[in-house]
Amino acid sequence: MARVISWPLVFARFWYRFIVGDDWTVAAAVALGLVATAVLNRRSVDAWWLVPLIVIAMVRVSVLRAKPGPRRHDGLRP
Amino acid sequence: MTGVATVLVTTFLAAAVEAIEMVTIVVGVGATRGWRSTVLGAGAGFLVLAVVVVGLGFALSAVPIGPLRLVVGALLLVFGLQWFRKGVTRVAANGLAGLRSNIADDPEVWRGEGIDWTAFVLAFKGVLLEGLEVAFIVVSFGANAGRLGAAVVGGVAAVVVVGAVGIALLRAVARIPRSLLQLVVGVLLTTFGSFWALEGIGVSWPGGDGAIPGLLAAYVLTAAVNIAIERRGVSERAASFGRSEVTTWHA
Repeated sequence: MARVISWPLVFARFWYRFIVGDDWTVAAAVALGLVATAVLNRRSVDAWWLVPLIVIAMVRVSVLRAKPGPRRHDGLRP
Repeated sequence: MTGVATVLVTTFLAAAVEAIEMVTIVVGVGATRGWRSTVLGAGAGFLVLAVVVVGLGFALSAVPIGPLRLVVGALLLVFGLQWFRKGVTRVAANGLAGLRSNIADDPEVWRGEGIDWTAFVLAFKGVLLEGLEVAFIVVSFGANAGRLGAAVVGGVAAVVVVGAVGIALLRAVARIPRSLLQLVVGVLLTTFGSFWALEGIGVSWPGGDGAIPGLLAAYVLTAAVNIAIERRGVSERAASFGRSEVTTWHA
């Protein structure tokens, strides 16, 4: 019974780890970038550059967040 | 009606572009995570693709490829960014360490008894999406030219030839340092993910498929800059640690 109940949790945890991983800010920034691009595209604004810019910025942010430091306790692994 | 040779060559070249993307993902994921689950995922992708193609036939062109590109692209983009960041930090910290390391010693390689679902899902999505695009090319070129047989031969030949080249390159890929391989696959997944996700939204890339090398170059430059910054930080920390060690020693 416990296995039946825990299976959806295991499934959900797999997809969360698979999609979001260990830095949720990256997934959130990409999602916002895609929504913003879709909105701009609907208004006929050529916005192909927005997501690549967000990607470049988030790589730097994520590398900095992964650094071990005295004030960091969010469990990010490098 | 267009000539058989024209349809054959055009379909082959157009399908080869998609097949290169498919094989790049499968080979990259297999070399990084291990082959068993990657091959299972790719096989499952081909199976679902075959069912969809046989089931739908000419109605295949009615499948909404835009939303599919957006979902698969967004997932690859977010997932690829994880490996992008891990690759940057590992290459910055260890250089090209792992050149002679055993694949079994790598923390990213699945060593459980069951299936590595990460490798399975990545290979499955890559094969299904790119395979569907090859099928679209075959159906649209073949139907418009009235040469479906030649288009099918061109499409299948492209997948077989590019797949064979991928298999021939496996040994060379296995020689790439593990930390660097993770970075390379992360950059590639991020590149394809960005491209497909925005195409799915309806964005027109400047230069069409030609934007892929441009995106790749921008992300490779990003990786190089980040690695350079991180390596400088590591050297500065090492230097200051050395100075404090010397001070402590003399005190």
